[in-house]
Parts: sequence; C-alpha cells; structure tokens
Amino acid sequence: MSNASLEAIAAKSGQPFPGAPNNWQRFFSFSTDHKVIGIQYIVTAFVFFLIGGLLAMVMRGELITPEADLVDRTVYNALFTMHGTIMLFMWTFPVLNGLANYLVPLQIGARDMAFPRLNAAAFWLVPVFGILLMVSFFVPGGPSQSGWWAYPPVSLQNPTGNLINGQVLWLLAVALSGVSSIMGAVNFVTTIFRMRAPGMGWFRMPAFCWTVLSAQMIQLFGLPALTAGAVMLLLDLTVGTSFFDPARGGDPVLYQHFFWFYSHPAVYVIILPVFGMFSEIFPVYARKPLFGYKFVVVSSVIITMLSGVVWVHHMFASGTPSWMRMLFMFSTMLISVPTGVKVFAWVATVWGGKLRLDTPMLFALGGLICFLFAGITGIMLGAVPFDIHVNNTYFVVGHFHYVIYGATVMGVYAAIYHWFPKMTGHMYYEGLGKLHFALTFIGVNLNFFPMHPLGLMGMPRRVASYDPEFAYWNVIASLGGFLLGVSTLPFILNMISSWILGKRAPANPWNAIGLEWLISSPPPVENFEEIPLVVSGPYGYGSHEPLVANHPAGELNSEHS
Amino acid sequence: MTTPTTPTEPRSLSFRTVALLVALAIADAAISFWVGRQAYLWMPPQASAEALLVDDLFGFLTTIGCFIFLGVTTALVVSVLFQRADKYDTSDGPPIEGNLLVEILWTTIPLGLVIWIATYSYQIYDKMAILGPMEHMNHVPSLSLIPPAEAATLPAVPEKTPIEVHARQWAWEFYYPDQGITSTELHLPVNERARLVLTSEDVLHGFYVPAFRIKQDVIPGSSIDFGFTPIREGSYRLRDSDYSGTYFAANQGTVVVESAESYQQWLADAAASPLTVADNRAYREFNKAPERLGWKSIQPAPPPRVNYASAEDNSYE
Repeated sequence: MSNASLEAIAAKSGQPFPGAPNNWQRFFSFSTDHKVIGIQYIVTAFVFFLIGGLLAMVMRGELITPEADLVDRTVYNALFTMHGTIMLFMWTFPVLNGLANYLVPLQIGARDMAFPRLNAAAFWLVPVFGILLMVSFFVPGGPSQSGWWAYPPVSLQNPTGNLINGQVLWLLAVALSGVSSIMGAVNFVTTIFRMRAPGMGWFRMPAFCWTVLSAQMIQLFGLPALTAGAVMLLLDLTVGTSFFDPARGGDPVLYQHFFWFYSHPAVYVIILPVFGMFSEIFPVYARKPLFGYKFVVVSSVIITMLSGVVWVHHMFASGTPSWMRMLFMFSTMLISVPTGVKVFAWVATVWGGKLRLDTPMLFALGGLICFLFAGITGIMLGAVPFDIHVNNTYFVVGHFHYVIYGATVMGVYAAIYHWFPKMTGHMYYEGLGKLHFALTFIGVNLNFFPMHPLGLMGMPRRVASYDPEFAYWNVIASLGGFLLGVSTLPFILNMISSWILGKRAPANPWNAIGLEWLISSPPPVENFEEIPLVVSGPYGYGSHEPLVANHPAGELNSEHS
Repeated sequence: MTTPTTPTEPRSLSFRTVALLVALAIADAAISFWVGRQAYLWMPPQASAEALLVDDLFGFLTTIGCFIFLGVTTALVVSVLFQRADKYDTSDGPPIEGNLLVEILWTTIPLGLVIWIATYSYQIYDKMAILGPMEHMNHVPSLSLIPPAEAATLPAVPEKTPIEVHARQWAWEFYYPDQGITSTELHLPVNERARLVLTSEDVLHGFYVPAFRIKQDVIPGSSIDFGFTPIREGSYRLRDSDYSGTYFAANQGTVVVESAESYQQWLADAAASPLTVADNRAYREFNKAPERLGWKSIQPAPPPRVNYASAEDNSYE
C-alpha cells in the first residue's frame, strides 16, 4: 500500500497524528497504532532481555568455581537482583504485552485497541522505568542487593545512608511498572469485551485472546497488592514508617503476603499467553483443529480463579502455620488439573496430524516439553514436606527457569517466528531459525537441568560461593548459560537481515486460519477495510467451512496467497 | 493415569492398538518405578527420621512424574518422527475437534491423582511434626493463645529445655540454657528428638540442614519452636537458606550428631572451657578487604564469643 493511500486512511480515521511517518521512524514516535506499539514493546523488551542475559552470564561465570572470585559479593547480589527484576519487569511482561498488543485486535477483528492513547502511554512508561532501573547501577552504593523479592528487613538496610539509593529507585520502578501494567490490563479487557467483530461469540474467539483476557484479569486483581506492598516498603525506607521493620514493631512476613499475593499469579500472567500461543501454533503446523477447544479456553479461566489462592506456597518454610501450609498445598496442586487439560489437548492436537516442522513449530514443541518438565517439578514443590527440603534451593531456580526460559521464552520465540511475516511483510530465514532453536533447546537443558540435582543436594539459591561438592553440576550449568547467550546471535541476525532483505511475505504464508491471515502482510493502518463477519470457530482445519462471510479469502480456508 | 498416547477415537480401537497401548503403559510404569527407586540416591545421606519420610514422598512423586513425562514426550516424539506431512502435501489432517469421554477422563484422573498426592503429602507432614505451636503474626509467642482443646492434642514433649539458635548477619550461635554453654557448632544426641527455638537478631535467615531435609525461616521478632530427630551419627552442613544480605553464602555452620555419651562428654568439656572468639568468615572477609571493588555492605556483627568454636575446615556430609 502506498504512503499516499495510508495517509488518506489515517486522515479519514481521525488518528491523532495523521502525518505520522510510515517508515522505521514511526517506531520511535508516540504512535497510537496497536501494531506499532506492539513492535515497540517487543523490541524494547528484547534489548532488556540481552542486558538481563549478560548479567546472568556474569553470574554463571562467578559460579563456575566454588569461590567468590570473579566479582565481589555485593556485586553478585546486585547482579541476581537486577537479573530477576529486568527479566520479569522489562522482558517477559513487556514482550508478552507487545505480542498481545499486536495480535489481539487483529484476531478479534478490531481496528485498534479500545483506548489507543492509553495504550501508547502504557508502553512509554516501560523505557521510563527501564532507565530508572539502569540508573541505579550508577548511584552510590549500587543497585538494589536485596533480591527481586525485596524481602524486608534486608531491603530496609541502607548501608550508604543516602536517601536516593538503589533500593528506592528499584521500588519506584516496580511501582511504575505496576501502573503501566494496570493501564494495559484495562485496555485489553475492554478491547476483548467490547470490540470483537460481529459473529465472534465467546466460543469463536481464538484461544490466545482467551489467555490474554485471563492473564489481564489477574493483573487487575493482583497488581494493587504488589503496588501497595512496594509503596509501604518505600515509606518504611524513606520516611520511617514501620509496616515491615521488626525492630520497630513491624511484620516482615506481612510483606511476603503482599508480594506473593501478586507475584505468584504473575507467573500465570506470563504463562497463560504462552499457552495461548501454543494453542494457536499447534493447529497450524499439525493441520488439525485445536483438540477440545472449549475445555482449553475454560481451563484458562479456571487457572485465573485458582491463581488467587496459591500465594502461600512460596512461604511454606516461612513463618507459616501448619493449617495454612496444608490448605495452600491442596489449592496449589489443584491448578495442575486445568493445566494438565491444556497439555493433553496439545498432544492430542499434534497426534495424528500432518506435521510441518518449521521453526515456530519446533519452538512450540520444545517449549511444551520444557513446560511439562516444569509442571511435574511444580507439583513436587507443591507437596509441603518435599518443598521444605528444596525451598530456596537451586531446585526452585531450575523449576522456575524451565517455566520462564524453557516454556515462556521458547513460546515467545515461536510466536515471533510465526507472526514475523505478518508483522514485517518479510519471510525469515528458516535455516537460521532452526539453528537458533537447536542452540536454545540444548542451552536450556544444559543450563537449567543441573539446577535440580544441585537443589536436591542442598545448594541454596542466591549464593556467590558454594561448597566444592556442588562444582560439577555448576560447571555444566554455566556452559549451558554461555550457550544460551550465543543462541541469541542467530536470532538477532535473522530478524535484522530478513526484515531488510527477506523474501516478501504473502498474506497467509502458513496457510493458517484466523482473521489476521485474511489481510495483507503487514496489515494496513486500521487493519480491516471492512470489519469481518465471523461465521465459524477459529480452528476449522480440515472442515472447509468459511471463517468469515464477507471476505474473499475467508471463503476457503485452504486458499494460498 | 491417562497415557497421552490415548487415541482420539477410542470407539474405533482395534485389539492390536489396545494391546500396544497396554504394553507401552506397562513399560512406562516399569521405567518410572525404577527411576523412582533411583531418586533416593540423588539426596544427601538420610540423617534424620524426617529424611526417611521426605525421601519416600520424593520417590513417589518422581515415579508419578516420570510416568507422565515419559508418556507425553513419547507421544510427541512419535508424532514428530512418523506423522510428518510430505513435502508437497498441503492438505489438512483429520478435523477432529475433541472427544468428550477422553476430555472428561483426562480431567478427572489428574484430579484424583492430585488428591492422592496431597493426601499422602499431608500424612507425611503430619508425621514429621517439625513445627511447634506457633502463634504467627504475634511477636510474643504465648501458649495461652492456643485453645485448650488444641493444646491438649499436642504431642507430649519430654521435659527438656530447647536449645536456642541465634541467627545474625552472619553467624550461627547455639545456646544450651541448661548448661549455660554457647557454641558455633550444634551438637545433638542421636535418636533423640531435638528441640530448638529459632530467633534472629536482624533479618530473615533460614535454618537448613540438607541431610535432615528440614528447613525453617528464622524471623526477627518471633521465636519459633522447631523439632526433628537425628538418627545417624556424623557431621552435617547447616546452611542459611533465606537470603540475608552480603555474606549470605558464607553463613554456614556444622551440626554434629553423636552418641548420648559423647554428647554428654562434649557438654561437660564445653562447660569447662572459657569463652573464646570464634572464627567468622563474614567478619574476616569484611575486614580483610577494605578497598573492595564492590558496593557498600552492612558491617557484619563481630564474631561470637563462645565456649566451643568449630574449626573452619570441619568435614561434613
């Protein structure tokens, strides 16, 4: 589409900036186009992913020998604090928000998000609090060293005595991140409730949109607790209140309740959209409908509801009475039932299909296997007596990284490859993609599997030095960590070169079913010239029913562009 | 347990398919059972009665987990190997959208499994009884707050004053009130239930002995009753398990489990020893390198003065 006609559409649509540039510069502007914002989120997040990854590699360098010899202990503590913070608040949440931003309006047949300016404002807070976090490396005393949980009283200790210190900046950044996420959540929930195309009933909505809706609901009920905890901690630290300081009558365990009330459900905010991506990708590359679609989407909602009653499982070894340990053991284990429904449904979707092992499918399969492993160790962690042994050890770190890197990062990669042609209008290089997958899959297992035996042997997490008996598995884990660092190189190379030089992408390169595949790649401003009229469910592979009534490409879902 | 190889159209199952599935399930179960037995070897020595219980639970969880993992991955790998589309085949697979029976089965079977695992875990936890009556959110533990009915059901504990465990940044110190002894090494008689009271002076610490499979956060402002039964003589590592600041990793100690006679002898020897300054790694490191490259740290507490100081290079299991 030419610039002139784009501008004509933009002017007609009453966009706030009709003259907004339509080249690479638009990604640096206050654009209100959900597609531009989506890509802004993804690219910004990826930059921070690389920074967080570099910090992790320094840590793995420290842990390659038992002694604390590569970096000072204070530096090591700052490294794991900032690694966790950056990876969660600057990578996973933003990158998933970016993908959801890009895809949800397209998948439900909307022209944009419900509140485009709010959407842009929510994004622009991300670099703001990202920079705030980065600045903390340069204040006297360095960044926060209290871990990404920021448990008091450690987080209340301020050896520099300065009012502006790493911990204060950290708390401000986390509070701002909460504000940004709530702005995003309001937007997603409204968009999905109010802006679905005519004919798209709840059970005709793609599974990805269901998972985004479920995840954003969690943000709405959980984030206020985290933000309140952060603000109370900030007050304790700066103006001398004593909510959490035991030396002055506060209760440090209260903070843990505030923190985990949000931060465990936050794991579902992260993993649910990844479940959605799996649910979108498996049918395309297996050429079969998503097995048990209704069970799969309803299970997302059940996960959302159960996620509100699991937070105490992070505190089994904390000051938690026995009755509470038992109650939360049951509720934690229950959540594996709806999750298991999804896993079995994906396997049944793949089973008996006509598989095409393109890069997105490889990442989705690899991510599914990692998630399965993480789910099994997750049930183990739910069992209180076993959790008491491995709580706060590397077993938990291994479990968590299988969820976050194994399933989430691989799921995000799968999604980026799958929708790359749609986003950029160019095809990526398949060979580089497969190399990227191989390095990632090997790296993940080499890096994170050894953490499980380490935890069983009793190696605590967050240690800069350790006893020599742990050296063997740590060396393997470190090598895996460096390999994961290397694995990002073919990805970066692939994305940049194929965006510039890659073959032109047709509207529907994967022969996929979904509203986003009915329009050109990349989609025009405002997405749909005519809002589609949806007449069937989202995964009609093999059934040859039209998806929409008023679009030529919708008539035949096996049409090739 | 549903094997994930469950086909999508059970009504059209042939005898051959059923036989194959049963054979696969048996093989999966046999391998999982074997892996579950191996799980005991991945743990430190079983040095407490609680360790026996926890390891049984872990073996059980490993068996079930292995069964599910193997079943599901086998189904995926078989698909990837044998169900690929031909190069120029762009047609769709069978349009199977679901199967109510299969979906109900794979919802209810895991639900039953979860109830089984949780119940078994509950029984194990109940037997361990590691936590004393704890009045959480109440900074002065008080027995009077326990309802009398509940207090009566508490297991009778032999009249023995608990050993006080003091955690601080960054040292462990043990106080034996009956003898008036302080030590940086925790000595316990074998086969006798140990009673501890855990307190912290500054931040959260975690009392963790991997060989005992027990762990409890030590919370400043509360004292926590804690108990377990060591059953194997030897030296074991005590680790701080809850992140406690700069020298967290160095905050370790030794637990010695010995016969009743040796224990009494140790108590007597320690009571006769004068107070000496114990070696402390955090204190030593902090004072050794004043111009460190890193950022500022909280100053470690001075090394404790104790009747018995453990040697830095103690061997342990």
